[in-house]
Amino acid sequence: MKIRDIALARSGDKGNRATLSVIARDPAHYPLLERHLSAECVKNHYRGIVHGAVVRYPLPHLGALQFVMHDALGGGVTRSLALDAHGKTLGAAILDLEINPELS
Amino acid sequence: MPRSPIFRIGSGAGYSGDRIDPAQDLAERGELDALVFECLAERTIALAQLRRAADPTQGYDPLLRERMRAVLPACQARGITVLTNMGAANPMAAGHAVLDVAHELALPHLRVAVVEGDDVLAWLRANPHTPLMDSDQTAGDLAQQLISANAYLGADALLPALQQGAEVVIAGRIADPALFLAPLMHHFGWAANDWPQLGQGIVIGHLLECAAQVSGGYIADPGFVDVPDLATVGFPLAEVDADGTAVITKLAGTGGRVDQLSCTAQLLYELEDPARYLQPDVVADFSQVSFESVGPDRVRVRGASGQPRPETLKATLGYRDGFIGEGQISYAGPGARARGELALAVLRARLERLGWSGLEHRLELIGVNAMHGPALGADREPYEVRVRMALRCTTRAQAERAAQEVEALYLNGPAGGGGVVQSVREVVAAASALVPREAVQSRCQMLEM
Repeated sequence: MKIRDIALARSGDKGNRATLSVIARDPAHYPLLERHLSAECVKNHYRGIVHGAVVRYPLPHLGALQFVMHDALGGGVTRSLALDAHGKTLGAAILDLEINPELS
Repeated sequence: MPRSPIFRIGSGAGYSGDRIDPAQDLAERGELDALVFECLAERTIALAQLRRAADPTQGYDPLLRERMRAVLPACQARGITVLTNMGAANPMAAGHAVLDVAHELALPHLRVAVVEGDDVLAWLRANPHTPLMDSDQTAGDLAQQLISANAYLGADALLPALQQGAEVVIAGRIADPALFLAPLMHHFGWAANDWPQLGQGIVIGHLLECAAQVSGGYIADPGFVDVPDLATVGFPLAEVDADGTAVITKLAGTGGRVDQLSCTAQLLYELEDPARYLQPDVVADFSQVSFESVGPDRVRVRGASGQPRPETLKATLGYRDGFIGEGQISYAGPGARARGELALAVLRARLERLGWSGLEHRLELIGVNAMHGPALGADREPYEVRVRMALRCTTRAQAERAAQEVEALYLNGPAGGGGVVQSVREVVAAASALVPREAVQSRCQMLEM
């Protein structure tokens, strides 16, 4: 199963930090997200893009996980050399992550 | 005057280039009390400041007149208060521009309030040791490059305008959600130190400030998240109760969707610690916010709270930061990726020869690794690729030369390159600093026809 099968993702920018929201489309699937999407897992998925710490904020009543990814935007939106300086497309990358719902 | 139990507030723009027709629709059919246009991004004021330096009558949002032409007739006829940060670097000129539009439209009268005082450039020049946030530098280190510095004002700066009966309130840098909070405080009489109540007002503002992002925009993923009639997506409005709970909705007959998913996505957009959303008026706490579906495209939001406001205000500094030279060229058909990679190797060698390989740069293939780097999905074989080189340069001439290096791949690079685009742009970057509240003295001036 991929994250895309159960969740939507949206990224945003704050200076040189990217925010990443992963939201279960059906709240019943939230425990899967919480179990499989640790801060370490997200940092590993975005290796080469995110150079700093990743902090996770669980919001179980919303079926959502919020991540703040430090040093992720090439110095910040306003001076980055990147085509997608805002990191708007970053959110979609997490949807491709494979998880095994059987594993706890 | 008796207070209406419900205050209806709409979102007319989520950024400076946003659509105008959905805002006009809201003004005409939304039965609104207030309509807010949020049009400033981080570096918008710095760019506007450059326009003002070139022409003292400019420096406000380029679409201000067009937006006002579209909504003022309905807003005035229906008593809808307009609030906006479209004043950018020149709120006073923007205020006069709104009066011009009112004359053109032959409106019988109009009271326009201009709110100023967010400019802290002089204060920062006098206090060069002020540290920049997320940086080892100080404001003084940017001295020669600094273009603008504007503190985020809060709802308190807008309230005098509303108390004086303004029909249009034009400001510069105002915290985005505060544009929504101010009319709620004014209407319901919320106290400036009722932190939980202000927190609830801020969450309403945050949900509305990006316009269609809460009502079906920027969420569609066909087959996974479907959005009805995206081409006519409606802008959102909130029906706010005196206790600060609200229903987020959109106009009947518009496209899009307002549901728990769309609201959650917008609640979390650009949010860091959900329990501490720093605003000039309050430290808002969104950690217990909940959504309840109360009808088609109707979601009730409650549960936000707040703590006392921060001691300091955040300011955004705009500064000149060199140039970026960029060029792109496409390759297609069999072996497109291999030819694109050869082109990148040629460009790498050219940078070396020019002595520029030590400058910050990106060499990448659009369609392969330009968005997410080499680790994610770059092993797939595309039918076409686009080579992209971007180089950080100190002069315009250097940036032009860098871009030409990509164009020279026509005759000197791999087979079959086409569609070169070059660009050179001066970088106006943004940095942040915290300034004491005493550095800011907001003021309100009323203009009338």
